[in-house]
Amino acid sequence: MTRDNLSNVGAEMIRLVDIHKEFDGVTVLDRINLSIAKNEFVTLLGPSGCGKTTMLRIIGGFESATTGDVLFDGERINDIPAYQRKVNTVFQRYALFPHLNVFENIAFGLRIAKKDVKEIRDKVQSALELVEMLGFEKRTIQSLSGGQQQRVAIARAVVNEPKVLLLDEPLAALDLKLRKEMQLELKNMQKQLGITFVFVTHDQEEALTMSDTVVVMKEGIIQQIGSPINVYNEPTNIFVADFIGESIILEGRYLEHCMVEFAGQKFPCVDIDFAPMEQVDVVIRPEDVDIADDPAEGVLQAKVSSVVFKGVHYEMLAETDDGLEWMIHSTTMAPIGQVIGMSIKPDNIHLMKKETKGPEVTAS
Amino acid sequence: MRAILKKCYLWLIFIFLYAPILVLILFSFNVSRSRGNWGGLSLRWYGELFQDRAIMTALGNTVLIALVAAAVSAAVGTVAAVGIYRLKGWKKSFVMNITYLPILNPDIVIGISMMILFIAMSFPRGMASLIVSHITFGLPYGVISVLPKLAQLDPQIFDAALDLGATPREAYFKVILPQILPGVFTGFLLAFTMSVDDFVVSFFVTGNGVANLAISIYSMSRRGINPKINAVLTLLFIAVAAMMYLIQRRLRKSSREAV
Ligand SMILES: Nc1ncnc2c1ncn2[C@@H]1O[C@H](COP(=O)(O)OP(=O)(O)OP(=O)(O)O)[C@@H](O)[C@H]1O
Ligand SMILES: [Mg+2]
Repeated sequence: MTRDNLSNVGAEMIRLVDIHKEFDGVTVLDRINLSIAKNEFVTLLGPSGCGKTTMLRIIGGFESATTGDVLFDGERINDIPAYQRKVNTVFQRYALFPHLNVFENIAFGLRIAKKDVKEIRDKVQSALELVEMLGFEKRTIQSLSGGQQQRVAIARAVVNEPKVLLLDEPLAALDLKLRKEMQLELKNMQKQLGITFVFVTHDQEEALTMSDTVVVMKEGIIQQIGSPINVYNEPTNIFVADFIGESIILEGRYLEHCMVEFAGQKFPCVDIDFAPMEQVDVVIRPEDVDIADDPAEGVLQAKVSSVVFKGVHYEMLAETDDGLEWMIHSTTMAPIGQVIGMSIKPDNIHLMKKETKGPEVTAS
Repeated sequence: MRAILKKCYLWLIFIFLYAPILVLILFSFNVSRSRGNWGGLSLRWYGELFQDRAIMTALGNTVLIALVAAAVSAAVGTVAAVGIYRLKGWKKSFVMNITYLPILNPDIVIGISMMILFIAMSFPRGMASLIVSHITFGLPYGVISVLPKLAQLDPQIFDAALDLGATPREAYFKVILPQILPGVFTGFLLAFTMSVDDFVVSFFVTGNGVANLAISIYSMSRRGINPKINAVLTLLFIAVAAMMYLIQRRLRKSSREAV
């Protein structure tokens, strides 16, 4: 659980200490320990129902942990109500106020804080500018498109200059193109404003694109905390490997220093912290399988069973003699039925401690 | 042919329902005092009506009782609806059912039981007991007009207000209330109409000679039908019909919005 490449990140902003949360006796979050730094873009990533929203609501103060502490800027804030926390939220379905127009929605927090009229006008103006919605002041919420509502929701939150912005799947309702645009814009906004973002998504690509740190969760338990590169290249277990990007997961045996055996062959690798003859799980990314037209050029031989063009690359399935199916991403194409040679470079072979259960091959 | 028959049938029902009222309205403009003879059109009885102290006092009472009872019903009903909205499971359906009960309860049962209660508590009977009893049967209308509005709300909106620094109290007044206000107003109108309309409950709970319009019409009619009664009933009918129309329109509009 290391964290690297956090040059732009400052001191600790939020810390969750041993958070445990139950609803009606059912555990939803367990042993959550997480430290979030100032200016960090942290993403909570995990499948539906794993407790991401609950974690965000505990930070926001809408839910209290069954046990454990929430620290904000070094202070314990368990008992501080939501309306006194210096945190603002962009809710999953925006939760804009339908009886107020765009200007009044954004001004809501400032009016509650009893700012004077001129200050409110100026701040709302610059918030609108930030989300590129100038000129929409008088519009009703109902007359806005999904993407525009989303921007208003962001403006309504950031106008209060929170130290931390919580975002619960803010892009989920947008179409692919708009989502990609907003991903970039949000990222830029975060840099520009210099505030901490805690971003929830179940889209692994979104998490990898936007974050400084990704927190991968499953059934209320943190599986891994790391930079996008870190969780992608060095998943700590099969779940993370499978959830982040596509992977081929094989059973293997660590032979000796930097040698591993799987799929009936010996491969040189770079991992060293395993005992001789220890059973391991081997993770290989589909794009790391090198293929050659000449079967003899590869360490393994497999017969291509399907080819799909994906734009930048081809996605192929190839079957080895022992029945294992390999997913391969490659810019070169081999026709169906051809026997190809496959090889894997040592640093593209990632070994993990054996887990009790796990499928032989998982190509998601 | 069938269609024509169907139409006739419809008209027959309308005539059956509205003929008495039409006759009443017609005779309220009759010059002659006698009910049998038509003496020509006139506003004579309306003029006399407004000179009649007893009727004017009763009208004032009716309006006062209806305003106070409707305002309290709408306000308390709204608070109760918010409470019910936040309940869950069997508690919610239990409270909902005891809310609906007074609507189904026959007026005579409410009237007599309230009378007994007031006597038992030696509660002063008159204006106060009238207002209290009208709140009792008006309150459910306050609740049931607000509940659907609450159900339509985005449940995250309350949290959003807290998130922006509003205390729970401010969140209710600045975010929840403005959105359920149409329901609150519908509840007010319903309770107001029910109050203006009520005779049975009022008859049993009043005392000290305090009368609303319905009671004073009743006692006038026992002394023989005075044409003034036709006039006052016509006005009452028009007022209640206008209010029902208003309520209907609001309900239709809000059910359209909900879609
Ligand atoms: N108020 C509640 N009462 C009871 N159970 C709840 C409540 N809120 C959440 N849960 C349960 O807690 C678990 C985690 O829910 P949560 O909303 O945090 O998941 P999530 O990771 O945000 O999922 P999604 O990606 O679908 O939004 C779920 O099993 C959910 O049913
Ligand atoms: Mg969620």
